[in-house]
Amino acid sequence: MIDSSTTVLVNAAEHRVGTIEELRDLARHSHLLASLVRRDLTVRYKRSIIGFFWTMLNPLLLMIILTIVFSTIFKFEGIEPYAVYFLSEYLVFGFFTQTTVTSMTSLSWNGGLMKKVRVPKSIFAISTTISGLVNLCLAYIPLFIIMLALDAPIRPAVFFLPVAFLIIGVFTLGVSFFLSALAVYFEDVSHMYQVATIGLMYMTPIIYPISIIPYKFLWLVRGNPLTHLFKLARDPIYLGQLPAMHVIQASLISAVVSLVVGWLVFHRLSRNFYQHL
Amino acid sequence: MNEASIQFRKVSLDFKLANQGAITSFKEWAIRRLTRKLSYRKMRALDHLTFDVPIGATLGVVGDNGAGKSTLLRIAAGILQPSEGIATMRGEISPIIELGTGFEFELSGRENIFFNGALLGRSWSDMNDRVDEIVNFSELGEFIDQPIRTYSTGMIVRLAFAIATTVDPSILLLDEILSVGDQRFQTKCNQRMLGFQERGVTTVLVSHSLSAIEKICSSCLWLDHGQLKAYGPVDQVIAEYLVCVEAQNKGPIPGGAPARATG
Repeated sequence: MIDSSTTVLVNAAEHRVGTIEELRDLARHSHLLASLVRRDLTVRYKRSIIGFFWTMLNPLLLMIILTIVFSTIFKFEGIEPYAVYFLSEYLVFGFFTQTTVTSMTSLSWNGGLMKKVRVPKSIFAISTTISGLVNLCLAYIPLFIIMLALDAPIRPAVFFLPVAFLIIGVFTLGVSFFLSALAVYFEDVSHMYQVATIGLMYMTPIIYPISIIPYKFLWLVRGNPLTHLFKLARDPIYLGQLPAMHVIQASLISAVVSLVVGWLVFHRLSRNFYQHL
Repeated sequence: MNEASIQFRKVSLDFKLANQGAITSFKEWAIRRLTRKLSYRKMRALDHLTFDVPIGATLGVVGDNGAGKSTLLRIAAGILQPSEGIATMRGEISPIIELGTGFEFELSGRENIFFNGALLGRSWSDMNDRVDEIVNFSELGEFIDQPIRTYSTGMIVRLAFAIATTVDPSILLLDEILSVGDQRFQTKCNQRMLGFQERGVTTVLVSHSLSAIEKICSSCLWLDHGQLKAYGPVDQVIAEYLVCVEAQNKGPIPGGAPARATG
């Protein structure tokens, strides 16, 4: 019955080698990860087909409003079809905000669990990101239908999308680690973040083309990592071509930096989570 | 059989507490930081604990409220990391079973069995083989397919106990649960726990019910303000503890029998 692989050693110096230990712990909990993702998706799509369309309703309604506003009142030159331009990034933005916000709450919701059994604390952000990616893939199906309806061409570059989603997913996971760790300590972080997401949305060329940004603010939009990251998902759909190499490079760097910083902060703060949950 | 299943070596745990109350918001933290009113003090919850629990032993932990009993259990579960010292646990550890155990309240009892199994690293099919035994032992009957939120406290504890003891852990951690449920179910639990001792499962039981500890446990550990006051055979430690409680209360223990220690 005693198996050396299940020996748990906790000591005061553990945090110095903790990253490898936590990764090993995560691998041991693969069943739990699958269970958490299944739970997220069950809750979301429990009402089967209605649940699926319901999740699409919000971006679709917003798209209708914005299409009307921006194709009749404020016109952007040369964006055609606007719905494809907007939705190809807005869906990814929705994934980003929803995943980061959900991982903040999921950590405190699962606080009861973490007080009873040893689980790798990072598992909640990871499972939230994975279920978010599944939702994102499903959300692209209606976009393809819209493209067919609008006679917009679907080119082979769409096969780049899984890579794009993966890079965006890694970036999102890093941000989720960072924010969820802070949210355990400070309950107002999630309120502040919700305001910040509105700012982020306008700092990223999602509803407008980057060409309308005045020169003196261009650095703000260009320096925003989301600008490059979301372009990974837009170019294969809207332009029908692979993103430029410098866009891919910038995105990869952002994703890796986000993951490393997010993980380090999470790992450092997670030692004292217990007191705050 | 003398190999230790749980080994504590000079384990201490400090909680860091903010002076002038806990900080729960970033705003508060930032303001206190800017006005330089941010200071912390340490509260020592456990103080240099050193002890071994041999494989198959059933250890009772007694002590007044705030003595560090639950904290000790959480270190043994691998949830809390000691501030100093080393704690080693050999074997698979069950979740801590206590009142209000970590269930998903919207999911049914049956779904929670699988979810809890996954927490313990059990696959879906593995739990499928055990689900009937769990339902039988917990005596939940048709309630097993109802959401947990409709359960009574006793039902939840029964389910938690049934799950944790059916998945064959090698270390079982119980926090103040044996006083729940009717006499018949308590007897059933006690029998199962005695069976565990024969199979070499190590159990740590935290309880204020000294009679329950005397009935089940072979050894006992007495904690006082985070310090190890006594560790040894159960009758001896409980006798010492009672003398101390009596001295503090400056009065006789009601009825003479060690029914329940006051906190």
